[in-house]
Amino acid sequence: MTEAVTVRELTKRFGATTALQGMTWTAHHGQVTAVLGPNGAGKTTTIECAEGLQRPDSGEVRVLGVDPWRAGADHRACVGVMLQDGGLPNATKPVRLLRHLAAFHQSPADVDSLVDRLGIGAFSGTTVRRLSGGQKQRVALAAALVGSPEVAFLDEPTAGLDPHARLEVWDLVRETRDAGCAVIVTTHSFEEAQRLADQIVIVNRGRVVGQGSLAELTGERSLEDVYFSLTRESA
Amino acid sequence: MNTAPPAAPAPPAGTAAPTVDRILAQTRFETGTLLRNGEQLLVALILPAMALVGLAMSQSPSLGPGRRIDLAVPGVLALAVISTAFTGQAISTGFDRRYGVLRLLGVSPLGRRGLLIAKALAVLTIELLQGVVIGGLGLALGWHPQWMGLFAGVVLALVGTWAFVALALLLAGTLRAEGVLALANLIWILLLGLGGVIVPRTEMPPGLSHVAALLPSGALGDGLREAFIHGHLAGVPLLVLVVWGTVATVLASRTFRWSD
Repeated sequence: MTEAVTVRELTKRFGATTALQGMTWTAHHGQVTAVLGPNGAGKTTTIECAEGLQRPDSGEVRVLGVDPWRAGADHRACVGVMLQDGGLPNATKPVRLLRHLAAFHQSPADVDSLVDRLGIGAFSGTTVRRLSGGQKQRVALAAALVGSPEVAFLDEPTAGLDPHARLEVWDLVRETRDAGCAVIVTTHSFEEAQRLADQIVIVNRGRVVGQGSLAELTGERSLEDVYFSLTRESA
Repeated sequence: MNTAPPAAPAPPAGTAAPTVDRILAQTRFETGTLLRNGEQLLVALILPAMALVGLAMSQSPSLGPGRRIDLAVPGVLALAVISTAFTGQAISTGFDRRYGVLRLLGVSPLGRRGLLIAKALAVLTIELLQGVVIGGLGLALGWHPQWMGLFAGVVLALVGTWAFVALALLLAGTLRAEGVLALANLIWILLLGLGGVIVPRTEMPPGLSHVAALLPSGALGDGLREAFIHGHLAGVPLLVLVVWGTVATVLASRTFRWSD
């Protein structure tokens, strides 16, 4: 089992706010890692450091053995990203966008099959601007997976989805993992972490407060119990 | 021994397409998006074409001494450059920044530098189309350009495009998207009315005329008129555009924020 993502002792401040203070965790190929934590715990900042969008003040990030800050095109081609705010150009239609993003890769995933799996065909004639939140989520997920990535960062991939769409997304995430990809999912959903994750990382106030498989983390208790006891004491 | 020729090995998954292919793909994408957008098409092609026909058919405003159509076409070409390089680019980049598109493309194999190059190429592609349409319409309306000035005209259009794209990025990289939308349109109207673009600054009151000479809009209008009427490359307008381009590039590269 190789480490796909290593985050070690990261710190990051934004003005007077400390976003990360010694964030440390690893994610592995062929596993789904769920990063769980309250708002402002540093989930998105950590993921953005790993995507190369932010530079930590100190500490070390390695993705596929590479420092993601200013990493080259071939590194970026191995990493799929689904941003929390989508990042989709408004004036375009979903399938045109996905075909375009696929053209950045030498051997992209099959766009038709992604479109089919995520039910994007049903709204392929609508511009991104007019899509519902859940529809945009599905296009953004397809955009993250279109390059057949070795590492995929999915920021709240099922937020705002109806139960059917959520099951479909979970299936797709599992398939991606089974193909060997390291999938890192940030979430607020205990159910998502429980049903999807091989490893759960609980973060609070910029650092990790619990880490392991569901069984290791919870023992006899429920994930919800463990989560609240780990994130409440220091609040 | 009979062996089958070795099959070309498939590139490993997660390999980026070649740099040039990525940039050209993004250029096509951006150009296509602009051409599908009715508002952009209106500002880029239809309004300048209407302005040209209007100027050719009327006697006012005064464009100064000389054949009216010969004075009108270079001014409308300058307007077209400002519409595409400044207003269009500021608004589209401002909203791309707001919606996270710049961040997503920045972490895609395209990357930040590739995105900037593709945006510049898309602007030049649209401008070429504008040049063909407006120039063609001008010729049909009796425009007699000094063909010797074509090279000078292209040089000025390129330097002007650089200056206006840099100014566009200065706005789009620092203000909120709505602010960019309002300001980019307001500046476009002000430059059109008072910036020495279509109405040469020689036809404006002296105070305004001196200001317009130092504006990138006046410099581009003056320079293109000089090129297509007299056939040479005017030094002062070129210098004015280079100064604006340099200052705006330095400021934009220091202040541009990729996320909202």
